[in-house]
Amino acid sequence: MADVNRGNRPLSPHLQIYRPQMTSMSSIMVRMTGIALFLLAFFVVWWLLAASTSEAAFVPIDWLMRSFIGDLVLFGGTWALWYHMLGRLRHVIWDFGYCLDLETAIKLGQLMFILATALALLTIVIV
Amino acid sequence: MVQFTLPKNSRIRTGKTWPKPEGVTRLGTFQIYRWSPDDGENPSVDTYFIDLDKCGPMVLDALIKIKNEIDPTLTFRRSCREGICGSCAMNIDGINTLACIYGLDEIKGDVVKIYPLPHMPVVKDLIPDLTHFYAQHASIMPWLETKTNRPAKEWKQSIDDRKKLDGLYECVMCASCSTSCPSYWWNGDRYLGPAALLHAYRWIIDSRDEATGERLDELEDSFKLYRCHTIMNCTRTCPKGLNPAKAIAEIKKMMVERVV
Repeated sequence: MADVNRGNRPLSPHLQIYRPQMTSMSSIMVRMTGIALFLLAFFVVWWLLAASTSEAAFVPIDWLMRSFIGDLVLFGGTWALWYHMLGRLRHVIWDFGYCLDLETAIKLGQLMFILATALALLTIVIV
Repeated sequence: MVQFTLPKNSRIRTGKTWPKPEGVTRLGTFQIYRWSPDDGENPSVDTYFIDLDKCGPMVLDALIKIKNEIDPTLTFRRSCREGICGSCAMNIDGINTLACIYGLDEIKGDVVKIYPLPHMPVVKDLIPDLTHFYAQHASIMPWLETKTNRPAKEWKQSIDDRKKLDGLYECVMCASCSTSCPSYWWNGDRYLGPAALLHAYRWIIDSRDEATGERLDELEDSFKLYRCHTIMNCTRTCPKGLNPAKAIAEIKKMMVERVV
């Protein structure tokens, strides 16, 4: 294969063409909710810090967090928190070697989406 | 590293649309990835039409028909046509599988989309360069390692111990699983991937093998083994119905068990 053009070989398409799978989607959502929660934590800490600083510092962030957008973000955050926790729980089960067959893993993925939604709704009803 | 878009030389152009055959009741449409090392062009997707009434039932039958009757330059690997050689692994209708055992009736849409195995250097058309994949397989020592003296006849194994190899030895090294794994896409240079790890486990749990400790030592690495995040695209896509994700989880368990 000495005279074959190997320098400029293209990379075959990947994310662009791979059909989304319940396995990969439920997995990447754990990562994405984790990152989202990390960012949301900044706003929550800002809120608390402002509350302990001064009224001038507190008013704008308090307005933001209690606005419609703030409500929406916090509801999303509640969903993300539940989803992320369920995802981690699934990893614990897997690490003990259980539920690793394909059908169960896919069902657990679907269950994570359903349960996270149910628990997030339950949370806003209670709080 | 994670890279969502394709490099400049890999972006896909719209390619040639070949003429439709005349007087056909069941027309099959195929969009197939093309790249030739000879013309300096970017990859493209060509569209072909065939008469499904005059074609065998599998995706490979259609590919061979296109190559024979429409475009002899279409390039792909194939050999056994019965799912045992692993040559014709490719991305069909969005998942990785063997063209020879994937039925045309299993395709979800109207168009059959065929690409090479994802995130691999392309040699030509549907042929990926598997050099690195094979090197990773070789690195896990896919053979029996023994220290005791060779027995007079053969290395014996109980029926129960032999059963532990079921679901592992059937792997045909088609690379469908490894190239379906996002972790392998982003870190394939150092992460061994599901295929190599399934083979590693096959030798780790072989009752006749005497290098279990060395094998585990070799895998005790944050990249080689632990880039597996149990995404399970591997198990979902395996054309042989094997479960690499479970094999990897078992290796991880053995890693913990030998320290506690």
